Amino acid sequence: MSENVGIVIVSHSADVARGTALMVEQMVGREVPLGWCGGDPRGGLGTSVEAIMAAIDRAWSEKGVAILVDLGGAETNSEMAIEMLPESRRDRVVVCNAPVVEGAVMAATEAASGATLETVRRTAEELTPA
Amino acid sequence: MMIDRQARKVLFETVAHRVIASADELTDLDRAIGDGDHGINMRRGFEAVLAAVDELSAKDLGESLKGLGTTLVMKVGGASGPLYGTLFMSLGKSLKDEVTCEQAADALAAAIEAVKARGKSDVGQKTMLDVFSPVLGVLREGGAGLSARLKSTARAAAENTIPMRAIRGRASFLGERSIGHMDPGARSSALIVDAVADVMEGFA
Repeated sequence: MSENVGIVIVSHSADVARGTALMVEQMVGREVPLGWCGGDPRGGLGTSVEAIMAAIDRAWSEKGVAILVDLGGAETNSEMAIEMLPESRRDRVVVCNAPVVEGAVMAATEAASGATLETVRRTAEELTPA
Repeated sequence: MMIDRQARKVLFETVAHRVIASADELTDLDRAIGDGDHGINMRRGFEAVLAAVDELSAKDLGESLKGLGTTLVMKVGGASGPLYGTLFMSLGKSLKDEVTCEQAADALAAAIEAVKARGKSDVGQKTMLDVFSPVLGVLREGGAGLSARLKSTARAAAENTIPMRAIRGRASFLGERSIGHMDPGARSSALIVDAVADVMEGFA
């Protein structure tokens, strides 16, 4: 079990999600638990609550999980996925209001330093213009 | 009105068949102002509902609506999955097999609030809420010819989204260019209201 906050990447595109995950791994290696998913339940563009829940599970850390999303449906589906988690996990997962690629890399770099979930989220969200 | 197992099955099947039959129209509407997948996503979700309809309708109305909502959440894929899922799951929280018009209105009011919270949206933003909100008004009035009034209200409400500017969802990226097209979510909502009203008419 990792000591660091986990990162989940949710894109409408499996290619974007996988590419972003590779960029994250280049920065932090295996120091940060990482999950990613992209595409709808039949492999087209879109997002899937089921896949997001599985990605959260893969990236699970007792310190929590920060999710980075691309467009609207990814955010709505991620929020839905969080609500469907067991109650003990629900309040330790957050969706960051940040661009998916830059946000994931920044959040993972912060997470690798052992930062708390709140700090990881704030670091990612600094990328978003106020 | 008593909504027993057979009524639940007819209700879910009718809603599913109507949505599936209009999938191409929904996709065309979404292609104009969104990402062009609304019909495809809704068809996938309601095909899953049809596949599970016996199992779903065997439970009481509350649990079967929750099951329907969960199926849509898991299978639809786009933002409409969680939005419709939340709507049906919320309806299932309060409805019992024996439903009065007033109870249905209270349940719909709560479901509308849940959808607003899920989508961080409100009436007037070119969404499904622009259909369900006036439909709730008619349901609250109740009275004679309710089914016909629900249907005409839903249809007109969907058309009223044409001049609206989208504030939420992919269509909001288009800004002014979202004006002049019917919102696909409003259209699918009207289809669902239409199907429910037709079924209720048969059981009233």
